[in-house]
Order: sequence, then C-alpha cells, then structure tokens
Amino acid sequence: MDSPDRHHSGQSGSPNAIVLKAERLVKVFGQKGKTPVTALHEISLEVAGGGVTGLVGPDGAGKTTLLRLAAGLLLPSSGSISVLGLDATRQAIAIQSRVGYMPQQFGLYQELSVRENLDLYADLQGVPALQRPERYEKLLHMTGLAEFTGRRAGQLSGGMKQKLGLACSLIKAPQMLLLDEPTVGVDPVSRRELWDIVNQLVRDEGIGVLMSTSYLDEADRCDRVVVLHEGRILAQGEPKFFRETLRGRVFTFAPAPGRGARFLQGKLSGTAGVVDATIRSGRVRCVFDAVPSSPDGLVSCEDCLDIKAVEPNFEDAFMAMLPHQELPVTPRALHAEEGAEQEITVQARGLKKVFGDFEAVKGISFEVARGKIFGLLGPNGAGKTTTFRMLCGLTGVSDGEVLVAGKDLRRSRARARQRLGYMAQIFSLYRQLSVLANLEFFGRAYGLHGRKLAERIDWALDEFDLRTRQDVQAGDLPGGYRQRLAMAVALLHEPAILFLDEPTSGADPLARREFWLRINGFSQQGVTVVVTTHFMEEAEYCDTLLIMSRGAELAQGTPEEIRNLVRSHANPEPTVEDAFIALAEGEIPGQLIPNGGRP
Amino acid sequence: MTTAEATRMRLRGFVRKEFLQILRDPSSILLAIVMPVVLLFLFGYGVTLNPTRVPIAVVAADHSDFADDLVARFALSPYFDPVVVSSPQRAQRLLDDGEVDGFVQIRENFSSDLLRQGYSPVQIIVNGVDANRARLIQGYARGAIQRWSAVRQSRGEQPATGGVRLQAHIRFNEANESRNFLVPGLIALIMTLIGTLLTALVIAREWERGTMEAILVTPLRLHELLLGKIFPYYVLGMLGMLFAVAGGRWIFHVPLRGSLVLLVLLSSLFLLASLGLGLVISAATRVQFIAAQISIVAGFLPAFFLSGLLFDLESTPWVIQVVSHVIPARYFVEISHTLFLAGNIGSVLWPASLALALMALVFLGVARRKLSKRLE
Repeated sequence: MDSPDRHHSGQSGSPNAIVLKAERLVKVFGQKGKTPVTALHEISLEVAGGGVTGLVGPDGAGKTTLLRLAAGLLLPSSGSISVLGLDATRQAIAIQSRVGYMPQQFGLYQELSVRENLDLYADLQGVPALQRPERYEKLLHMTGLAEFTGRRAGQLSGGMKQKLGLACSLIKAPQMLLLDEPTVGVDPVSRRELWDIVNQLVRDEGIGVLMSTSYLDEADRCDRVVVLHEGRILAQGEPKFFRETLRGRVFTFAPAPGRGARFLQGKLSGTAGVVDATIRSGRVRCVFDAVPSSPDGLVSCEDCLDIKAVEPNFEDAFMAMLPHQELPVTPRALHAEEGAEQEITVQARGLKKVFGDFEAVKGISFEVARGKIFGLLGPNGAGKTTTFRMLCGLTGVSDGEVLVAGKDLRRSRARARQRLGYMAQIFSLYRQLSVLANLEFFGRAYGLHGRKLAERIDWALDEFDLRTRQDVQAGDLPGGYRQRLAMAVALLHEPAILFLDEPTSGADPLARREFWLRINGFSQQGVTVVVTTHFMEEAEYCDTLLIMSRGAELAQGTPEEIRNLVRSHANPEPTVEDAFIALAEGEIPGQLIPNGGRP
Repeated sequence: MTTAEATRMRLRGFVRKEFLQILRDPSSILLAIVMPVVLLFLFGYGVTLNPTRVPIAVVAADHSDFADDLVARFALSPYFDPVVVSSPQRAQRLLDDGEVDGFVQIRENFSSDLLRQGYSPVQIIVNGVDANRARLIQGYARGAIQRWSAVRQSRGEQPATGGVRLQAHIRFNEANESRNFLVPGLIALIMTLIGTLLTALVIAREWERGTMEAILVTPLRLHELLLGKIFPYYVLGMLGMLFAVAGGRWIFHVPLRGSLVLLVLLSSLFLLASLGLGLVISAATRVQFIAAQISIVAGFLPAFFLSGLLFDLESTPWVIQVVSHVIPARYFVEISHTLFLAGNIGSVLWPASLALALMALVFLGVARRKLSKRLE
C-alpha cells in the first residue's frame, strides 16, 4: 500500500517492516484430568506494519489465543512469537509498553469516568503529564467522546465503550495495536466509526494493526487477511486475492413470485456443487466449488426467476475454503396450509417497559402470523431481550398488551407457556448432566412422560444429530452441539411458538447457516418463530422484522420493504445493514417508516 | 523519565483507581463501612453473653418472713424477673411452655427447718437446653441466695449456713460485661472482612469484567500490582480497626489498658496475613461467587468461631484446639483481648505476634508465587 508522510519516524522503521512474527507457534491448553486441547498447531505468520491485518475464523479457531500470545499474556508451548522484534516470552514487559491491546470486554472500569479511565491507563503506560492534554484531546476528538469525559464508563452505550476501550489502548501512541473482536455485538454505525478511526491511525501514524473478527464482511476492509480454522492457518493474503480465486463461481438467484427466497435457498443448498447458499438482499447467493458450466440448469423455471453472476466477496471465499461437512438438514416440502397462515399467534400492542426512570422499551407493536419467522433486530442494548422477556412472560409489562397463542400472558401465564418453546441467550441447561439426562429432565418438566417422552427424545437425538454424543456431559459439548441441544430442549414438547434469544451470537458462520436452515424447516411445519439477533444480514431469513434502537422501533416490515427504504441510484441493491445505518442516523424521514400494514 | 518515577506513576494511578472503585461501588462500601458499623453495634448492644432479667418462677409454699425475704432477693436482683406461683405443678407448666427459664422452690417447712437445724434446702430447677445459660442462671440464683444469707447475717439473725462460703471474684472484666470481651475481638472480624473477603471479591470481579486482562498487558510489574492491591485494603482495614477502637472506647466504654501503638503494629501483622489469604484465594479462583464462598469458609467463619472470639477455646475438644492453631484470627483475638483488657503483657503478645508474622509471610509469599502476569 502507499504510505503517506508520517510524523513519527519511530523505532518501528519503515511502515512495511514486520511488526509481528510467529514461527511454528504451538499452544496447548492442558487441565488436570482433561485431555489437552491444542489451540494453535505450528502457526507461522508475519504481520506488516502500516496496515490492518485481519484475523478471521470461526469461534474456537485460536484467534484470541494468538493475540494473547503476542501480548505476552500466554506462554507458547513451543515455537516462538516476537512483536516489534522483541521476544514475547522473555521481553513481555518491553512489548507491553510498546503495543496497545484491547481485550474482548474492552477492559474498562465501569465505576470510573471516561477521564479517569484514560488517566489510569496513562499512568500505567507512563505517559508524561506534559504530553497528556494534547494526547487526550486528540483521542477524545477522534472517538467523539469529548462531551462525555465526566460520564462513568458503565453508563456509556456499547459503541461508546468500545471507542473508549480503543482510546485507552492508544494512550501511549503504540507502535502496534492488537484488537480482539473489537466490533462484536456493537451496532453497525459504531462498527463503521471504529473502522474509520483504525484507518486514520494507520494513515497518520503508520502503525500495524492485528485485529480479530468474526464478521466476515469486515475482512474486505483489511489490507491483509489471515484465515484461522481449528488452530491452523487455512490461507493468508490480500482480500483481493481471496476474491479473485472465486471469480465466476458466485451467482445470485431471484426466487420466482410465490416461491419464497428461503424455499429456493433450501433447494439450492442441497444441490451438488454448491458449497454455500445464503439469502442476500432477497436473492439466493450461491458459491460453487468450481466454475459451473451452466448454473441455469440447476433450478427449474418455476422456482427461479433469473440468475446473475456477481462479484465474489470475502465471505464467499471463506465458505468455499472451510472443510465442508454435509449439513444434516434437509428442508421439507412446503405445507399447503395457506388458510392457517392468517391466524395471528403473537401480538403485541404498545408494549412498554420502564426500569426506574429508564424506558427500556418505548411502546412497540407488532403481530406474527402462524408459521412465520419474526426477527427482532438491533445492537446490544437496544431493548431486544427486554421485549423478548415480556413476550415470554418472564418479566412484567409496564404498559401495553401481549397475546401469545390468543392468551393474555398476564392472566394465564402457565397455560400460554405450555405452548411456548424458549431458548435463552446464555446456555442454560445443566452442564453436569448428560445430553440424554437433560432431555429427559426438561421433557418431564414440560409434562411429557412414558412412551411420548421416549418418542420425543428419539426425535430430538435424530433431528439434531446428537445420538453419538448422548452420554456426553452438556458442559463438555463443543459450542455448536450445545446450541443444538438447547434448541432440542426448547422443541421437545412440540411448542407452537418458538422464542429464540440471540441463538447465533458467538456461533461461527457455518453453525449459523445450519441454524437458519433448521429454523426454516420448523417454520414450514407451522411453528411460529420469534428470534432476536444483532447480525443484520440474518434479517433476510425472517418473514417480517422489527428494527430496534434504544428501546424504540426504527422500522418494521419485510426485509424487502426495509431495504427499499434506502434503495437509490447510488445504492441499487442495499442491504438491511445499509437501511439500519440510514435509519439510525435519521437520514430517512420518520413518516416513510413502514408499519407492517397496520394503522 | 527514570524507572523510579515510572514506578511511582504506575502505582499512584493504580491505587487511585482502587480507591475510586471502592468509593463508588455500593457492595464495597457495604463490606468495608456498613458491615463494621453493624457488627460494632450488634456486638456492643445486641449480643451479650450474660443474660439479665431472666424470667423465672418462684414457688413459695412457705409464707414466713424468711421466705418472703428470699423471694424479694430474687425480685431485687438485676438478673431475674420472677413470678411468684403457688404450686410446683404450675411452675413446671410455665417451664414446659417456655414462659420461664427455671424455677426456685421454697418448701412449706423452709423456715421451720431453718430455725430448727440452721439450714434448709432450696431447690433450683433450670432449663438446661443451653448449658452455658443454665450454668449462669444457676450461678445467679446461688448469688441471690448468698446475698440473702449475708443480709440476714449482718442483721445478726443467723450465723453462716455452715460449710465453705464461696467467694467469686472476676478478673480483668470486673463488670463481667461481655461487650468488653466482644468489641476487641470485633477487630479480627472487620479485618478478615476487608482483608480476605473484599480483596478476593474485588480481584475476582476484575477477572470477570475483563479489566484484569487489560491491566496485565500494561507495563505494570507484578510486585507493583500486588502492592497496589495490598495498600488500599491495608488502609481500609486499619481505618476499620481505629473505628472499632474509637467506638469501643467512647460508645461502649471498653477499657484499652495496653498501648495503642502496639495494637496498631500487631493488628497490621494480622491484616497482612488476612490480605495474603485474600490474594491467595484470588489466585485460585477468578469467579466472584466462588471467591466469596472460599473467603467465608476459610476466613470469616474460622475468625468467628475458632478464634476464641465467641467461644472459649480452652473448653473446646482438643481437635478444635489443634485446628485453631492454623487460624490467624486465633492469635489476633488473643493479642487484642490482652491489649484491651490486661495490658502490654510480653509473654502473651510475643509468641502470638511471631505466629502472625510467620503466617503473613507464608500467605503473601504464596500469593506472590501463584499470581502471575500471564493468564495461565
């Protein structure tokens, strides 16, 4: 990349000098009585200064371990890692006074104000008092926190916390920046702002940034990408290089009128040669394992309207790269229950929740028809979980009305709950019980017994592919299987309505795809699904969605209606995320916000 | 900037952060300030190991002057709140119903026997569920009867009832006030609360919130981290101690016969041992809930029950006595009792201080070894 003039002719040398170097790096975590887990297998890599290197990979790939090894927080089991030419094992302190590091939880003291947090890190990093005013001003200006210096960190929004965390790690003008998933769970606007700050730093100060992310769309913004999977480097290079290899292998299919995008996606994902099928902007995006001879031969005209070859992006490349196992989900045929779909199963009117003088949810109304997938979208802290808890009757309603399966939850919670399945955001099953014991316990708790219970458990073990692991303790299951078990438990008593709170949070792209295929299958069987997510692209899998921000509704409608809000000449095929950013920044006048066709 | 300056800057920043956190976090304030106040008043006013105004029944079948006089002795005693009943059956029912803790029976032939043979038995029946309390009531009753006999003697009505006359004299705690005994011991509790429980909790919270990870990647040295954690809680613990001394002195009039300087020095030793234990616990667990459980089981409960604070260790089974030797609070309670109630008695203070110093060294040493600047 071209490097503009820099003020600092710092010790890091030229901007493209190597700032981090790992050689045959191995990290094994061993605990007494447990089989050791190898987090990193002989990783060798180099990170250049003056640019952003993205560390991309699913959960458990070893991203955090690598960053912690670089920061001297962990000792390598074998091999070596050096940062700025210093050995991370022997010269950890020297590294720690030269790099900025931001852990996943930002490392802020909630009780301390913005200013006090900055003071603390300035003291710890030994920033001379004379240099502070200038440095603070620069950082506060860059992060937009100048007005909030007196506010406690605990009272900042997610995006502001993240920016303050970044400011703290930048307090001593580091020569290198290590960021561990800085954008996870943060709203799209803040994510974009964070990227602007990082890019500005690279431009102005020429520092090297190593940043892990599980958002694959962020990889396209990096100068270089390192793909980690199960502790090994699958590939590394410029994002352009990843995209090039996929040229001619990515197509989008428009569903025929009357056929939903989800139906078409289900069909295509089961087709030979297709390594990935997702719904993007209302079309099904397919990645093929090789350049296909005739993609139009794959689907019949009655399902598909037209096919377009499109520019590949990094996510396409990533999915093509991952060792694929066959997804165990085969979508079922469409149920022809057109009449039943008109029935409203979940209804909320003017839903409000007030905690003290804080309005967490400010009057939200929506309806969900039987067999539909309804998405509640918004960044962390938008009020999704509170809304959700009111729907399930887990918390009281300050004002408004909720009808679930025609029942007022305030009057007949127990009866209405019999028809609900609920999956909490955190894993809330008994970790010390086996998979089977968990299923038995929750089955009985929902009133199943005898042959019925045995039947349902059989179903769950098969449907979620858990039979081989039925005797494993739930706490020892790998992440993806835990999620499957949690979902199996929620579905055991054949609920008519399924509530899922952030089911894909922290899941890797593969697990998320599997999850949505499954949800799709259940909805086709007539199960109503209400789901929350902070992944904007997952909006495409919903029939209708409600976008929330700070407790209020930003917009409501089908994914297409939402996208159309921002369709313009400059952006002919906008995503839901584009719409969210425009809505959050008030670029769209309020009266244009659709209201789901209700008065 | 020199290394010493950098060290000072890091320490100052870290300690300031620690104080701000304590001041702004309600749960720290609760543990460090509210709890000691509650304990002081509970121990000063609420808990008392010597019962007063014990409800008893007096069965006076005899109506002579002698007997009336004796009944009046019970009524005049600050320790009793007697009701006079007519029959032993009635008294028994009151005892069964828990209305009274015991009864005194003065038989019909009490005065006639007394006049005839110079002595006459009086029966005392006490509810023995709480053996300690029963023994105390028994003692009070004996005291009341003795006083009655002394008064009669002084009037020349009757010579001593014969045999040995018991003369009890209570040393060191002349008023026989249990608060004089409890308030000095309270310092051990306050210091365990702050040194062990609060320290372990605060560090576990740093792990849970991810701030520890951020602190560890700064150039802060490990010994600076330890010092930065010890210093604020040391100050807080000493303030708690001075608070208990002041409260004891001016609110509850507990005497301080030994030297205050010595008390400050020796309680520092105990506080360091408590802090060491707190740091060891936080090296072992990074979860607040577990840290609290371990601190309560390993620090607070032993300081309460096995230190001689509530129960006299001399009268416990030998196993308990052996176990109590590994509990720092045991030595400190001994020191505190001695300094408050007896004075600067070297033969007691020296061995106990030595034991405390050793424990402080061991705990702090283990903490230094176990804590590291790495996450493993």
